[in-house]
Amino acid sequence: MGIKLLKVNIFKKLKEFDLEVDFELKQKRLGILGPSGCGKSMTLKSVLTSDEETVYFDSNRKINLKPQKRNVGYLFQNYALFPNMTVEENVASGLSKGSDNKIVSEMIKRFHLEGLEKRYPRQLSGGQQQRVALARILAYGPDVILLDEPFSAMDTFLKEQLRIELVNSLKDFDGFSIMVTHDRDEAFQFCDELIVLDEGKIIAKGDIYEIFENPKRVQVARLTGCKNISRIEIIDDFHLRSLDWGVDFEVSERISPDITHIGIRAHDFSAAEKDDVNVMDTIDSTLLEMPFEWEVTLANGLWWKYDKQIDNHEFTVPEYIKVDPKDIILLEK
Amino acid sequence: MMNWDPIIISMKTASLSILITFFIGLIVAWGIVKLKNDSIKIVLDGIFTLPIVLPPTVVGFFLLYIFGVRGPIGKFFIDFFAVKIAFSWSATVIAAVVMSFPLMYRSARGAFEQVDSNLVDAGRTLGMSEWKIFWKVLFANALPGIISGGILAYARGLGEFGATAMLAGNIAGQTRTLPMAVYSEVAAGNMGSAFDYVIVIVFIAFIAIFIMDYVTLRKEKQWK
Repeated sequence: MGIKLLKVNIFKKLKEFDLEVDFELKQKRLGILGPSGCGKSMTLKSVLTSDEETVYFDSNRKINLKPQKRNVGYLFQNYALFPNMTVEENVASGLSKGSDNKIVSEMIKRFHLEGLEKRYPRQLSGGQQQRVALARILAYGPDVILLDEPFSAMDTFLKEQLRIELVNSLKDFDGFSIMVTHDRDEAFQFCDELIVLDEGKIIAKGDIYEIFENPKRVQVARLTGCKNISRIEIIDDFHLRSLDWGVDFEVSERISPDITHIGIRAHDFSAAEKDDVNVMDTIDSTLLEMPFEWEVTLANGLWWKYDKQIDNHEFTVPEYIKVDPKDIILLEK
Repeated sequence: MMNWDPIIISMKTASLSILITFFIGLIVAWGIVKLKNDSIKIVLDGIFTLPIVLPPTVVGFFLLYIFGVRGPIGKFFIDFFAVKIAFSWSATVIAAVVMSFPLMYRSARGAFEQVDSNLVDAGRTLGMSEWKIFWKVLFANALPGIISGGILAYARGLGEFGATAMLAGNIAGQTRTLPMAVYSEVAAGNMGSAFDYVIVIVFIAFIAIFIMDYVTLRKEKQWK
């Protein structure tokens, strides 16, 4: 396998915005997270299609090839299996005529498709279709695999199952993989590195744990699942007033003048006494029961999620709750 | 005793013209589908569809203008090959091709556009050549639609009358196709022999449709 480093540099004028994406991939698995219509799929397609702006590096030799020669595997949302070909023919479709038939039987075995060789895609379950699609891609031997929201159209149960299957299937894959998604759980599960896109621009880039712990920007916080976000007014170096909730907070980090918002994750609250730091009352809050958590919405709009057992149906909302100063995420616009 | 000439002429004309129409229709449809410029697409689509909208005699008029002895192509063939196109058997084929082409082209184009474009992209990412993608992915998956386009085009070619009359005339034993024969017999008052030809046309058309429908159904069932 020739690739040591994957470089992508895309500039494209779109109707609503310009797509400007530029990254280098060193780790094996990259996630691209963003709301729908932010240019995620376009980025993925650009890695694929023969646009002059896309530069694709192979062992540092600058080349810009036709999709046929890029050696990129693409897992489509609907898998795009050829409906007129059997499982076997689908898996073999990327191989050139003279090539070894052994690869096909190897892939059939590796993806547990024995006995299904003569079936047509319509006769397969969603999970089997995904495995055929992956077998077809890996038989072709790509350097990079692109995954375009592979689970977006599935029900929860199937989704969980296929996610696990996908992670396992790609474990032995030696090249890079890039997954586009709007689901933070998928991104977190699958990726080592993350890029967050908004309106065609990269707004965060780096190690996945770092981005989730310290999103830095409002959009990123929202996309990584931060439920509570408020505009603020700075009081002094360590104190601020939230404008949306009408509460003053103390924070553990010096507030730089660029900070315009704060975020608090719904799980970061706990019961408190009246005179604790960062306390607020729970008068007029509403309580909702979920299978594994209680959801409390305070009168000022803040969300609190509290874990519970499935057989527990009693919960008294404490009179006061608080948030630790170090759990308040400082955000820039 | 029925004169078999019109039947033989018609079979030859319809067979050759469907062969030409089928492949040209396919390739043109593919080209149009691949075309990115919308205004060029609309103009070309208009030109390719025109023969089905215009009265056949008008199409015949244009064909005569082009292929007639003084027309650009007709004159070329006479000067260089000493071949006269107008009012010869080949004129029946030209008329049938031109008149049946829009049906083939439009059906094939519709069938191509129905194929999930992801399949084409998938083919590309799997390193398949454009030619292989065309046959194994686009053509194979559009086959039912393409075949029904073929049926229509064949039937149209077999029944072609107006443009044929203009370009090929009605020369017994040369350009008198089945529809021409029906017309001639009726004009001569021989309703009986006209009826024989009518039966033959209905029979051939029915068999053709039956065979192609059968093939389409079998293909579709196989994948489902």
